[in-house]
Amino acid sequence: MPFTWLVLIILTIAAFGYVMGRKRALQSAGGDRRNLHSLPVYYGANVAIWAIVPAAAVLVVWMLAQPFFVNSRVLATLPDTLVSEGNSIGLVMSDVRRVADGLDVAVQQGAMSRAEATSISTETSDVRERLGEVGVALGSAVSPEVLSGAQRYRTLNATGSVIMTVIVLLIAFGGAGYAYSRSNADFRARNTVERGILALLIAAASMAILTTIGILFALLFNTIEFFKLYPAADFFFGTKWAPSFSGRGGASDLGVLSLLWGTFYISFIALLVAVPIGLFSAIYLSEYAGPRVRSIAKPLIEILAGIPTIVYGLFALLTVGPLLVSMFGKDTVGWMQGGTAVMTAGLVMGIMLIPFVSSLSDDIINAVPQAMRDGSYGLGATKSETIRQVILPAALPGIVGAILLAASRAIGETMIVVLGAGAAARLSMNPFDAMTTITAKIVSQLTGDADFASPEALVAFALGMTLFVLTLGLNVFALYIVRKYREQYD
Amino acid sequence: MDTNDVKISTKDVQVYYGDNHAIKDVSVEIEDKTVTAFIGPSGCGKSTFLRCINRMNDTIDVCRVKGDIRIDSEDIYDPKVDPVQLRAKVGMVFQKPNPFPKSIYDNVAYGPRIHGLAKNKADLDDIVENALRRGAIWDEVKDRLQAPGTGLSGGQQQRLCIARAVATEPEVLLMDEPCSALDPIATAQVEELIDELRKNYSVVIVTHSMQQAARVSQKTAFFHLGNLVEYGETSTIFTNPVDPRTESYITGRIG
Ligand SMILES: Nc1ncnc2c1ncn2[C@@H]1O[C@H](COP(=O)(O)OP(=O)(O)O)[C@@H](O)[C@H]1O
Ligand SMILES: [Mg+2]
Repeated sequence: MPFTWLVLIILTIAAFGYVMGRKRALQSAGGDRRNLHSLPVYYGANVAIWAIVPAAAVLVVWMLAQPFFVNSRVLATLPDTLVSEGNSIGLVMSDVRRVADGLDVAVQQGAMSRAEATSISTETSDVRERLGEVGVALGSAVSPEVLSGAQRYRTLNATGSVIMTVIVLLIAFGGAGYAYSRSNADFRARNTVERGILALLIAAASMAILTTIGILFALLFNTIEFFKLYPAADFFFGTKWAPSFSGRGGASDLGVLSLLWGTFYISFIALLVAVPIGLFSAIYLSEYAGPRVRSIAKPLIEILAGIPTIVYGLFALLTVGPLLVSMFGKDTVGWMQGGTAVMTAGLVMGIMLIPFVSSLSDDIINAVPQAMRDGSYGLGATKSETIRQVILPAALPGIVGAILLAASRAIGETMIVVLGAGAAARLSMNPFDAMTTITAKIVSQLTGDADFASPEALVAFALGMTLFVLTLGLNVFALYIVRKYREQYD
Repeated sequence: MDTNDVKISTKDVQVYYGDNHAIKDVSVEIEDKTVTAFIGPSGCGKSTFLRCINRMNDTIDVCRVKGDIRIDSEDIYDPKVDPVQLRAKVGMVFQKPNPFPKSIYDNVAYGPRIHGLAKNKADLDDIVENALRRGAIWDEVKDRLQAPGTGLSGGQQQRLCIARAVATEPEVLLMDEPCSALDPIATAQVEELIDELRKNYSVVIVTHSMQQAARVSQKTAFFHLGNLVEYGETSTIFTNPVDPRTESYITGRIG
């Protein structure tokens, strides 16, 4: 039975249970809702929750566990020779899955009967050709071991799905029945629903946290893998970035320092642009502008934040780069060789960060209590004196936090750098030189045919990890500062 | 009282917040070296009128003030008058203590620094000490002038704010319910202080407490729905009010 049907049936049970539970509770109160402990909806909701939650939980766990189980069972039946012939287990299993999927497709399209799919053998027919007819291309002829593995895979999966469907439906019915049987006037349905909602919220929160942890572990394991192939000291302290093309042999130099330098240099220029402009516009908007100007200017600035970064990248490549070349290129001072440079990417990234700095600073400046301003004006201070001497000092920690958050965005920015800064890893002081960043190099190491066992591809994970640690550190520090500042006025 | 010189005189003052006519035809003469109390039910316009006297209403976009307000017979709404300079001369203390998030010293030195009142550091130290003494808080803070002003207790914070206001040598001190956030002991200290301040300044205090008005003020003005209903000697207002509305308020029938 397809998955959607299963979900629909569970939902139907829940809806039915809702109506029944509500009715039964009302009946037990003699039809007078005032005799119920909770409002009638709570009794209905309670039954619905009992129908959905345990069943859904089992469903999710089952679907996560079944592939592992099936894989290991199929693997156990495959002869050892298949694996040791220079193929890795993963490759053999992916062959098996591909053939199994092909058989599924063939059955679905009617090119093969169900019985034939389970009985077909390599001796009687050319499986590769049969599957090719339904659009499933296989790289080589199907070996009998793989075919039987695939058939076993299919049967195991099919049986698993049937058992799962039955168990899940039983649990849904059981849950609904249990809750239904408890739907009487004295039952505290409202409290149960409250706990149900709490559980839902906790589940959502843990989902977010678990995903983060999952990403972190994926990064971590691949990074460890990388450091097995490439010495960590060379990575962290090497100044030369020269990956050899994978497969061609020859040792690569994978030193992160020149990339870090490019990252920081570009981010620094971006902040140099974004912080004064963002901060001053925030001050203007929150302290000087009238409500009319504010209501027009604020959304306009925030539009900047909605522009996709690839568009900024195009702007850097096609407008800012050539403009800078015409100002600093060989026709004038000759500082700049080409349109792609630290300056190009930095300026454009700075523009991208303006709304970020300004809207955060605006919030923070607005959070400074009006009483501070009144106190200062009441002593005969002018507006700018008040801002400089009272508002900014009071808002400073928050503004620093905002700047750090902006910095961590600058460090993680990719598209603008790919298009605006060039691809050359270089340690140079000249802001008109092309340089590149960690993010841009992650992109270039993984695009094209990446061999995920080579240090040239795995280095992307080490770079990602470096970036992650950097931005995480900045974010934690920024949030710490922002939080400390919030406490001041509570 | 010692003197009957008029310090602040207003004539037919109207204040509007957008379309809301908050102060209607208020004419009053406030004397020098006197404590004048503004009383009346919430929302009757006491704060609004008080804020006209140092032009704090200028900082509110929707607010318009009409009429004639003079301090020492100089029209303070004259275009020649700089509201910022005026506010140095007419100090204000707010309902909620609002020390800046700076040290105690810097809080008090804020006004003198802005207006360049000190010749040098030693001079500034003197000004700060004097102001803190007049704010009756010197003994409590003299050993921790560099500690943050926000770390003081509510009553101390309010006296710090008063010290901060007197540090700019104002001639008039406006106080908008200065004791409403304070406990009885802190209130008593501030009231005592107000009585001291009367020697040098003309003090105008808005208060919700009729006992407080009776205790600290010599003159009382009763406001009702934006009108100045009755103005006179405090003792007369409290014992023998002319207007029936004043009497109702004082005896607790409007509130
Ligand atoms: N900032 C403001 N903006 C608009 N209306 C205000 C503002 N401040 C006060 N008002 C209005 O002016 C009237 C008088 O208020 P206020 O002077 O604060 O009264 P009181 O201090 O006597 O309680 C009220 O109706 C109030 O709603
Ligand atoms: Mg008020």
